Amino acid sequence: MSAPTIDAPAVKVLNRADLTKRLVARLTHDEAVVAGIGNTNFDLYAAGHRPQNFYMLGSMGLACPIAFGVALAQPERGVIALEGDGSILMALGCLATIGMVKPRNLTIVIMDNGIYQITGKQQAATAVTADIVAIARGAGIANSHWIRDEAHFDALLARRFEEGGPALLAAKIDDKPGTAQTPRDPALIRHRFMQGLGTGRASALDGNP
Amino acid sequence: MAWSDTFLRILKQNDVRLVSYVPDNVLTPLIGGAAADNYFMSVGATREDEALGTLAGAYMGGLRGVVMMQTSGFALIANALASLIVPYQIPAVLVVSERGTMGEFNIGQATVARTMRPVLDSIAVQHHTLTDESTMPFIVDKSIKQAFATQSPVVFILSPLLTGGNPLAAAKLK
Repeated sequence: MSAPTIDAPAVKVLNRADLTKRLVARLTHDEAVVAGIGNTNFDLYAAGHRPQNFYMLGSMGLACPIAFGVALAQPERGVIALEGDGSILMALGCLATIGMVKPRNLTIVIMDNGIYQITGKQQAATAVTADIVAIARGAGIANSHWIRDEAHFDALLARRFEEGGPALLAAKIDDKPGTAQTPRDPALIRHRFMQGLGTGRASALDGNP
Repeated sequence: MAWSDTFLRILKQNDVRLVSYVPDNVLTPLIGGAAADNYFMSVGATREDEALGTLAGAYMGGLRGVVMMQTSGFALIANALASLIVPYQIPAVLVVSERGTMGEFNIGQATVARTMRPVLDSIAVQHHTLTDESTMPFIVDKSIKQAFATQSPVVFILSPLLTGGNPLAAAKLK
């Protein structure tokens, strides 16, 4: 097997929970965050629930398309997709769509541990040959970068998320599992997310009869 | 008025602006009509489940959408329907042009088409087969309103009886 084709000279292996906390700390304009199935959304939840968080409990691979839809609907709001490497490998076509439409308010963060951690640490193509940043650039997302270390991540996040996109940031991470379990209540997750985005129905139950 | 013009008019009446699709011959007038009308935001997708994800995100962001596909594409979306659209109660409007019947020449299309209604029935997703222009406006308008009122998806299957079917298939069967 050949070595990983990472372009950054010395990419440090980072930690998903830590990176997610760093990201959430940067969110000061009610940015929407859509987190993919499994560990990515577990660590988003662990970083502290926000009304603008969406946790995906199935539909592996659709975090970026969902975030893309939010970005289209609310072009003035920054939208961030958190996705794993196995998940994005399942849905590479969406990078071509995003690269073509170029929503300036969409940022994608890929947590790349090179394994399907949650199903038993089976190796993914990203551990061997597949380079998510190169794939994203090839799909038309020119603003795609490997994260060199924590400081580099912080520096790339020091911007307003409603502009400058689409961007894709990929981090090589360790094999640690997610640090919490998101409550599995899809209807509640959608309802709260929509309230966080200002699109939810006012609760009819709160009004006078 | 062509069936496709009527369909687009009903989408407008119901504030359905996002049109996400994977192309199909039979859908060409719908896709082309939406692309030519600034009211609609047309976005091609690389896969049908990607289109459904985009629709779900757009809906939660306040933008109503429709996803258009052909029957073989429908066979790719069982997971997106069963683990995203249905449990999260997303009122997705789906339009599926029906291949595989009434003059199909491709056995693969004919076989995959037979999976569609059983899959929809098994997860209790409402579907209507549109066969003629006289009943189509009522069915489509009322069913879209029901979808948004009840937070549920609805699928419109475009029968060859409505659309005339795939012109390519007609040519091959001569």
